[in-house]
Amino acid sequence: MTDVAVAPAPEETGEGAVKTKKVVIVCYSGELEKTWATMILASTAAAMDMQMTVFVTFWGLQSFVKDSKRITGQNWMQKMMSFMQRPGISHRKLSKMNFMGMGPWMMFKLAKQYNVSKPKELLEMSAELGVTFVPCQMTMDMFGLKQSDLIDGMGDPVGAATALDLMTNADSTLFI
Amino acid sequence: MDIKLKVDATGLSCPLPIVRTTQAMKTVGAGDLVEVVATDPGSVKDFEAWSKSTGNSIVEQGVVDGKFRFVLRHK
Repeated sequence: MTDVAVAPAPEETGEGAVKTKKVVIVCYSGELEKTWATMILASTAAAMDMQMTVFVTFWGLQSFVKDSKRITGQNWMQKMMSFMQRPGISHRKLSKMNFMGMGPWMMFKLAKQYNVSKPKELLEMSAELGVTFVPCQMTMDMFGLKQSDLIDGMGDPVGAATALDLMTNADSTLFI
Repeated sequence: MDIKLKVDATGLSCPLPIVRTTQAMKTVGAGDLVEVVATDPGSVKDFEAWSKSTGNSIVEQGVVDGKFRFVLRHK
Protein backbone atom coordinates (compact mmCIF):
# COMPACT_ATOMS: atom_id res chain seq x y z
CA MET A 1 0.00 0.00 0.00
CA THR A 2 1.38 3.40 -0.90
CA ASP A 3 1.77 5.84 1.90
CA VAL A 4 -0.71 8.67 1.76
CA ALA A 5 0.02 11.99 3.39
CA VAL A 6 -2.24 12.59 6.35
CA ALA A 7 -2.87 16.03 7.81
CA PRO A 8 -0.55 16.89 10.70
CA ALA A 9 -1.86 16.45 14.21
CA PRO A 10 -4.17 19.29 15.24
CA GLU A 11 -3.00 21.86 17.73
CA GLU A 12 -3.81 20.99 21.29
CA THR A 13 -5.67 23.77 23.03
CA GLY A 14 -5.75 22.29 26.49
CA GLU A 15 -6.81 19.11 28.28
CA GLY A 16 -7.05 16.74 25.31
CA ALA A 17 -9.09 19.33 23.46
CA VAL A 18 -8.74 19.66 19.72
CA LYS A 19 -8.89 23.05 18.04
CA THR A 20 -11.91 23.28 15.76
CA LYS A 21 -10.78 23.92 12.22
CA LYS A 22 -12.75 26.19 9.94
CA VAL A 23 -13.20 25.36 6.28
CA VAL A 24 -14.96 27.47 3.66
CA ILE A 25 -16.01 26.27 0.23
CA VAL A 26 -17.05 28.81 -2.35
CA CYS A 27 -19.51 26.76 -4.37
CA TYR A 28 -19.42 28.61 -7.68
CA SER A 29 -19.95 25.91 -10.31
CA GLY A 30 -23.18 24.13 -11.09
CA GLU A 31 -21.87 21.07 -12.91
CA LEU A 32 -22.65 17.64 -11.53
CA GLU A 33 -19.07 16.58 -10.88
CA LYS A 34 -18.15 19.80 -9.10
CA THR A 35 -21.33 19.81 -7.02
CA TRP A 36 -20.47 16.24 -6.07
CA ALA A 37 -16.98 17.26 -4.92
CA THR A 38 -18.42 20.09 -2.83
CA MET A 39 -20.91 17.78 -1.15
CA ILE A 40 -18.35 15.06 -0.41
CA LEU A 41 -15.97 17.55 1.20
CA ALA A 42 -18.72 19.42 3.08
CA SER A 43 -20.21 16.27 4.62
CA THR A 44 -16.78 14.89 5.51
CA ALA A 45 -15.60 18.13 7.09
CA ALA A 46 -18.70 18.20 9.27
CA ALA A 47 -18.13 14.56 10.17
CA MET A 48 -14.59 15.51 11.20
CA ASP A 49 -16.01 18.12 13.60
CA MET A 50 -14.79 20.97 11.42
CA GLN A 51 -16.80 24.16 11.19
CA MET A 52 -17.90 24.01 7.58
CA THR A 53 -19.42 26.93 5.69
CA VAL A 54 -20.39 26.79 2.02
CA PHE A 55 -20.85 30.14 0.29
CA VAL A 56 -23.16 29.45 -2.63
CA THR A 57 -22.88 31.75 -5.62
CA PHE A 58 -23.48 32.01 -9.39
CA TRP A 59 -24.12 28.63 -11.03
CA GLY A 60 -23.59 26.95 -7.68
CA LEU A 61 -26.79 28.52 -6.38
CA GLN A 62 -28.78 26.64 -9.03
CA SER A 63 -28.02 23.42 -7.11
CA PHE A 64 -29.66 24.86 -4.02
CA VAL A 65 -32.99 25.63 -5.65
CA LYS A 66 -35.61 23.08 -4.64
CA ASP A 67 -35.72 20.11 -7.04
CA SER A 68 -39.46 20.63 -7.47
CA LYS A 69 -39.01 24.12 -8.92
CA ARG A 70 -39.06 24.13 -12.70
CA ILE A 71 -39.13 27.74 -13.83
CA THR A 72 -37.65 30.39 -11.55
CA GLY A 73 -37.16 34.13 -11.91
CA GLN A 74 -39.28 37.22 -12.30
CA ASN A 75 -38.65 38.36 -15.88
CA TRP A 76 -38.44 36.49 -19.17
CA MET A 77 -34.65 36.32 -19.26
CA GLN A 78 -34.42 34.80 -15.79
CA LYS A 79 -37.23 32.40 -16.64
CA MET A 80 -35.55 31.45 -19.90
CA MET A 81 -32.28 30.69 -18.11
CA SER A 82 -34.01 28.35 -15.68
CA PHE A 83 -35.81 26.74 -18.63
CA MET A 84 -32.52 26.13 -20.45
CA GLN A 85 -30.80 24.73 -17.35
CA ARG A 86 -33.22 23.17 -14.92
CA PRO A 87 -32.33 24.16 -11.34
CA GLY A 88 -32.08 21.71 -8.43
CA ILE A 89 -29.34 19.41 -7.19
CA SER A 90 -30.84 16.37 -8.94
CA HIS A 91 -30.74 18.07 -12.33
CA ARG A 92 -27.04 18.87 -12.70
CA LYS A 93 -25.24 18.30 -15.98
CA LEU A 94 -21.71 17.03 -16.53
CA SER A 95 -19.17 19.49 -17.94
CA LYS A 96 -17.89 16.71 -20.20
CA MET A 97 -19.74 13.82 -21.80
CA ASN A 98 -23.18 15.03 -20.80
CA PHE A 99 -24.71 13.58 -24.01
CA MET A 100 -28.20 14.96 -23.38
CA GLY A 101 -28.33 13.42 -19.91
CA MET A 102 -26.87 10.04 -20.85
CA GLY A 103 -23.61 10.90 -19.02
CA PRO A 104 -25.25 11.76 -15.68
CA TRP A 105 -27.52 8.71 -16.01
CA MET A 106 -24.45 6.48 -16.32
CA MET A 107 -22.70 8.28 -13.47
CA PHE A 108 -25.67 7.65 -11.16
CA LYS A 109 -25.83 4.03 -12.27
CA LEU A 110 -22.14 3.59 -11.45
CA ALA A 111 -22.56 5.46 -8.16
CA LYS A 112 -25.32 3.05 -7.16
CA GLN A 113 -23.20 0.06 -8.15
CA TYR A 114 -20.30 1.26 -6.01
CA ASN A 115 -22.43 2.55 -3.12
CA VAL A 116 -21.46 6.16 -3.69
CA SER A 117 -24.02 8.62 -2.37
CA LYS A 118 -25.61 11.07 -4.77
CA PRO A 119 -25.06 14.81 -4.27
CA LYS A 120 -28.64 15.16 -2.97
CA GLU A 121 -28.07 12.51 -0.29
CA LEU A 122 -24.75 14.09 0.69
CA LEU A 123 -26.45 17.48 0.89
CA GLU A 124 -29.02 16.08 3.30
CA MET A 125 -26.26 14.49 5.41
CA SER A 126 -24.28 17.74 5.39
CA ALA A 127 -27.27 19.74 6.60
CA GLU A 128 -27.94 17.16 9.30
CA LEU A 129 -24.31 17.30 10.46
CA GLY A 130 -24.46 21.08 10.75
CA VAL A 131 -22.90 22.45 7.57
CA THR A 132 -23.90 26.08 7.02
CA PHE A 133 -24.98 26.98 3.48
CA VAL A 134 -24.97 30.70 2.77
CA PRO A 135 -26.54 32.02 -0.44
CA CYS A 136 -25.13 35.00 -2.33
CA GLN A 137 -27.59 37.90 -2.32
CA MET A 138 -26.37 39.30 -5.63
CA THR A 139 -26.85 35.96 -7.42
CA MET A 140 -30.34 35.63 -5.97
CA ASP A 141 -31.18 39.10 -7.31
CA MET A 142 -29.68 38.50 -10.72
CA PHE A 143 -31.43 35.16 -11.22
CA GLY A 144 -34.63 36.43 -9.62
CA LEU A 145 -34.53 33.77 -6.90
CA LYS A 146 -36.53 34.12 -3.70
CA GLN A 147 -35.60 32.51 -0.38
CA SER A 148 -38.67 30.28 -0.86
CA ASP A 149 -37.16 28.95 -4.13
CA LEU A 150 -34.14 27.67 -2.19
CA ILE A 151 -33.97 24.48 -0.14
CA ASP A 152 -34.97 24.72 3.51
CA GLY A 153 -32.33 25.49 6.10
CA MET A 154 -30.21 27.88 4.04
CA GLY A 155 -28.66 30.79 5.92
CA ASP A 156 -29.53 34.42 5.30
CA PRO A 157 -28.22 35.80 2.00
CA VAL A 158 -24.93 37.68 2.26
CA GLY A 159 -22.52 39.53 0.00
CA ALA A 160 -18.89 39.34 -1.04
CA ALA A 161 -17.66 41.15 2.08
CA THR A 162 -19.12 38.48 4.35
CA ALA A 163 -17.71 35.78 2.06
CA LEU A 164 -14.24 37.33 2.27
CA ASP A 165 -14.54 37.67 6.03
CA LEU A 166 -15.38 33.95 6.24
CA MET A 167 -12.48 33.05 3.96
CA THR A 168 -9.82 35.11 5.74
CA ASN A 169 -10.87 33.65 9.10
CA ALA A 170 -10.85 30.05 7.88
CA ASP A 171 -8.02 27.51 8.05
CA SER A 172 -8.71 26.50 4.49
CA THR A 173 -10.77 27.83 1.61
CA LEU A 174 -11.72 26.11 -1.61
CA PHE A 175 -13.22 27.61 -4.75
CA ILE A 176 -15.16 24.90 -6.54
CA MET B 1 -14.50 -5.11 25.64
CA ASP B 2 -17.85 -3.42 25.97
CA ILE B 3 -18.87 -2.28 22.48
CA LYS B 4 -21.78 0.11 22.74
CA LEU B 5 -22.66 0.29 19.06
CA LYS B 6 -21.68 -1.42 15.82
CA VAL B 7 -21.58 0.36 12.49
CA ASP B 8 -21.72 -1.73 9.34
CA ALA B 9 -20.03 0.33 6.65
CA THR B 10 -19.25 -2.61 4.39
CA GLY B 11 -19.66 -1.84 0.71
CA LEU B 12 -19.91 1.89 1.34
CA SER B 13 -17.67 4.29 -0.56
CA CYS B 14 -16.00 7.47 0.58
CA PRO B 15 -17.10 9.51 2.48
CA LEU B 16 -19.89 7.32 3.90
CA PRO B 17 -17.84 5.20 6.35
CA ILE B 18 -16.73 8.43 8.06
CA VAL B 19 -20.13 10.15 7.83
CA ARG B 20 -22.07 7.10 9.11
CA THR B 21 -19.58 6.69 11.96
CA THR B 22 -19.98 10.31 13.00
CA GLN B 23 -23.76 9.98 12.90
CA ALA B 24 -23.46 6.87 15.11
CA MET B 25 -21.03 8.63 17.46
CA LYS B 26 -23.65 11.27 18.15
CA THR B 27 -25.91 8.62 19.69
CA VAL B 28 -23.39 7.38 22.27
CA GLY B 29 -21.82 9.04 25.29
CA ALA B 30 -18.31 10.04 26.31
CA GLY B 31 -15.94 7.09 26.66
CA ASP B 32 -18.26 4.67 24.83
CA LEU B 33 -16.77 2.28 22.29
CA VAL B 34 -18.05 2.02 18.73
CA GLU B 35 -17.05 -0.73 16.33
CA VAL B 36 -16.92 0.01 12.61
CA VAL B 37 -16.45 -2.53 9.84
CA ALA B 38 -15.65 -1.14 6.40
CA THR B 39 -14.44 -2.46 3.07
CA ASP B 40 -13.22 0.84 1.60
CA PRO B 41 -9.38 0.58 1.61
CA GLY B 42 -9.18 4.39 1.89
CA SER B 43 -10.95 4.24 5.22
CA VAL B 44 -7.75 3.12 7.00
CA LYS B 45 -6.01 6.47 6.44
CA ASP B 46 -9.33 8.32 6.63
CA PHE B 47 -10.09 7.09 10.14
CA GLU B 48 -6.61 8.19 11.28
CA ALA B 49 -7.28 11.69 9.92
CA TRP B 50 -10.78 11.66 11.38
CA SER B 51 -9.43 10.65 14.78
CA LYS B 52 -6.83 13.45 14.74
CA SER B 53 -9.44 15.99 13.73
CA THR B 54 -12.22 14.99 16.10
CA GLY B 55 -10.20 13.84 19.10
CA ASN B 56 -12.05 10.50 19.21
CA SER B 57 -9.44 7.78 19.58
CA ILE B 58 -8.82 4.57 17.66
CA VAL B 59 -8.57 1.83 20.28
CA GLU B 60 -8.17 -1.07 17.90
CA GLN B 61 -7.56 -1.39 14.21
CA GLY B 62 -7.16 -4.49 12.12
CA VAL B 63 -8.25 -6.63 9.22
CA VAL B 64 -10.88 -9.30 9.92
CA ASP B 65 -12.06 -11.55 7.08
CA GLY B 66 -10.64 -9.12 4.55
CA LYS B 67 -12.58 -6.23 6.06
CA PHE B 68 -11.23 -3.25 7.95
CA ARG B 69 -12.32 -3.21 11.58
CA PHE B 70 -11.97 -0.23 13.90
CA VAL B 71 -12.86 0.18 17.54
CA LEU B 72 -13.29 3.84 18.33
CA ARG B 73 -13.69 5.58 21.65
CA HIS B 74 -15.91 8.62 21.93
CA LYS B 75 -13.95 11.49 23.47
